[in-house]
This record gives sequence, C-alpha cells and structure tokens, in this order.
Amino acid sequence: MSARLLEIVINAFPNIIIAGITVTVPLTLISFAIGMVLAILVAVVRVLNIKVLSQFFRFYVWVFRGTPLLVQLFIIFYGLPGVGLNIPALPSAIIAFSLNVGAYASETIRGAILSVPKSQTEGAIACGLTSWQAIYHIVLPQAIKACIPALFNTFISLVKDTSLAANITITEMFMKTQRIVAVTYEPLALYIEVALIYLLFSTALTYLQKYAEKKLSYNSRSVQVA
Amino acid sequence: MIKLQGLYKSYGAKKILNGIDLEVNKGETVAIIGPSGAGKSTALRCINLLESPDKGTLTIGEKSYDLSKLTNKDILEIRKSTAMVFQNFSLFENKTAIQNITLPLIKAKKINKAEAEEIALKNLEQVGLSDWKDHYPSQLSGGQQQRVGIARALALNPEVILFDEPTSALDPEKVQDVLEIIKRISKEQHITSVIVTHELEFALDVADKIVFLTDGRIIEQGTAKEVLKNPKDERTIKFLGHFADKLEYVI
Repeated sequence: MSARLLEIVINAFPNIIIAGITVTVPLTLISFAIGMVLAILVAVVRVLNIKVLSQFFRFYVWVFRGTPLLVQLFIIFYGLPGVGLNIPALPSAIIAFSLNVGAYASETIRGAILSVPKSQTEGAIACGLTSWQAIYHIVLPQAIKACIPALFNTFISLVKDTSLAANITITEMFMKTQRIVAVTYEPLALYIEVALIYLLFSTALTYLQKYAEKKLSYNSRSVQVA
Repeated sequence: MIKLQGLYKSYGAKKILNGIDLEVNKGETVAIIGPSGAGKSTALRCINLLESPDKGTLTIGEKSYDLSKLTNKDILEIRKSTAMVFQNFSLFENKTAIQNITLPLIKAKKINKAEAEEIALKNLEQVGLSDWKDHYPSQLSGGQQQRVGIARALALNPEVILFDEPTSALDPEKVQDVLEIIKRISKEQHITSVIVTHELEFALDVADKIVFLTDGRIIEQGTAKEVLKNPKDERTIKFLGHFADKLEYVI
C-alpha cells in the first residue's frame, strides 16, 4: 500500500466513524426500537385474532415483507411529496426502516408466542388474570427469550440496510464513504474500509446478543452431547 | 356452594354435554368419575369457562349466571371465584415456585406484594415445598410441580377448587403424595372441591359425593356407598366392574 493510499484510508477513518456514530447508529437504534414495539403489537393482535385490526396487520406484513426496502424508502421520500406529504429524509428513513423491521419481527415474535404452551395461558386465566395480563406476564417474556437469536438477525440486517438511506440523501457511513471516494478515486480501499466498519458494528451486536441471552437464561437447560 | 343446571356443550355437531345438573355444597368434595371421553374434563372446564358452554346456569355462592350470555366481566368474576389444578400442572415456566403463587394474588386479587408472599409461603409450607420456593418449574419434579399447582389454587382462597385429573401425568410413586395432600385439604380444611379423577379408590375415600358421568350425562350420583352398592344403570355397573377387586375392601 502506497503512502498516499494509507494516508487516504487513515484520514477517512474518523470521518466515516463520525457518520456512523451520528447517523447510522441512531438511525438503527431508533428504527429498531420503534420496529420492535410495532412488532410486539402486531404479533399479539394477530395471535389474539382481534377483528379488523388483525386483518389490517396481516395486510401490512404482507406489503412490507413483499416489497423491496429501497422501493419503500423511495415511495416515502420521493413519492409522498406528490400528494403533498413532505417528510424530511431522516424521518422518512426511520419510518421505512421501522415499518420494515416491524413486519419481519412480528412474524418472528408471533411464532415464538405460539410456541409457548397454551396450558400456561390457561393456568393464568384460570387464576383470574385477564388475557392481556397473561400475555404480558407469562407469554411475552418467554416468547421474547425464545426469539432473541432471530431478532438479532433482524437487528444486524438493519445495521447494514441503513446504507440504503444513502439513496435518499442521508449522509450515513456509506454515503460519507462515497463522497470520499469521489474526491480521492480509491474505491477499493475505501469501500473495504467501510465494510470493515460495518463488520465492527455487527460484531458489537453479536456480543450484545450473547449478553442478552445470558441475562435471560433464568432456567435454561444445557444439553450435553457425548 | 356451586350449582350447575342444564349445562350443554357441543363441538360443532358433536354433542359433548347433554344437560348436566350438579350441586356442590360448601365444604363438600365431589368426585366426577366415568369412562374416558365421557365429558368429565369438559364439564369441569365449563365451570371456569376455559370451555365456553352453549347454555346452562351456573350459581356460585349467591350469584347466578346465564352461561349463554356471559359478559367479559362475568367471565373474569367467575374465574376469580374459582381455581383450577391441572393435569399438566400449567405452571408459569418463567416464574419461580413462589412467584407462580404471588403473581395471580398481586395481579388478579390486587393483594400487595408483601402480603402475597406471606400467603404464598404459608401455602408452600402446607404442601411441603418451602425449601423449593425459589426454584423454577423446570427444576422441580412432576410431583413437586403439582404441589405448587395445588398451593397456587389454595392461595387464591376460591369458592371452589376444580381438580382436573390432578395425578394422571405423575409417576406412579408420586401419585400417592399428591393424593394425600388433596385428601388432607379436603378433610381438614373443608375446601369446596370438584375432582375429575381416574383414581377410583381415592375418589371413594375423599369424596362426599360421587357423580358418574357418561355420554355427556350424569346417570348416577350419591354417596360412595350408594353409587357402589346400588348402581342403577347398567353402564355404571359395567364401569365399576373393572374395579371390582380394588373396590371390595373399600366398601
């Protein structure tokens, strides 16, 4: 690696990281948080099969799982102004990512809810708890625990998918890198550099996953293989 | 006191219960026996509405409910005045033994935490599990789990405890332990209870009244002796015949 290239890579690093910390990370965390709340709501409503709302959510999941995230971003940011709805870039991205994560994660959580034995819900309601109390205190804690690995898949995907926001004028890590490439003409080194930074973020999440699993393993039974 | 009148239940075209009348006086233990598939568990589960009855009247204490037009409030009220001990224990897997008991006390009965814990400990002691209070269900044996289930039901201090085949999922050597506990609470504490069971000897031993249910109908009821000595219906005779050897010494 020439001294010039090394200098470019080193100089780019703080710029990319700053874009990561100020845009990619908050965009990911906010979208994931909103997406999870939405996912839990959708999953519970669908499991309880609440009329109308349940059908509406099924339609929502169908649409957002079945269309590309990039197209969703474009519709919200470039399309909606056509009907007078001007949403700035960052909120547009948060809306698209949250709705997308919500659709995927709701199915993960719904499956996990269904995997909690029905007898426990019966036990709870027979004791006089309401269905909502049974879900909140008994079913959801077990369901969430069961789907931690799958939810972290979604989380890690989201970190990487935020790079799509570059297409709607948001200067997140990837957009920042593209700009540096535009003035330095070193695409290979710089795109590898940003890829490694994404990898770093994903790795941090992997450790968070391990921590979360450990924290929730109140009574897990380890399986010994001979 | 609880009283069922004209209870009907069907799944689609299949009729499960064809007009059940049952009365359980305060402090009484009633055992429901009968061949499998007769509708025993369904009848029991219609009392706390885990199954929704088609029609009938349920009276608990002073209050009567028309089972064909129940509001959510009625359902919650009925469930709060009953408790159930399940065949498969139905403990909350994410809660410890003591939390299994305190959670319904705190959330359904609105008792404060300190008092709920005191009640829970007292009831765990009754079933001999004080030392296991902080264990999760997965760390307890089947017999221990069912004892927690019984303690949870007792702690709720309900008008009636419904036992749904409480020993049929247990290892044979644990069955007696659990039966002893049920017998003790029935005889010493005079808890009003309805027990669906296959343990005929036990039923005869603890029950003040035996109800024989088959094909969705109660075809015989009375004290253990009445039902056994003078079974009126052929189906009762046939059913009891299977147990003739065991029953001889009980009578």
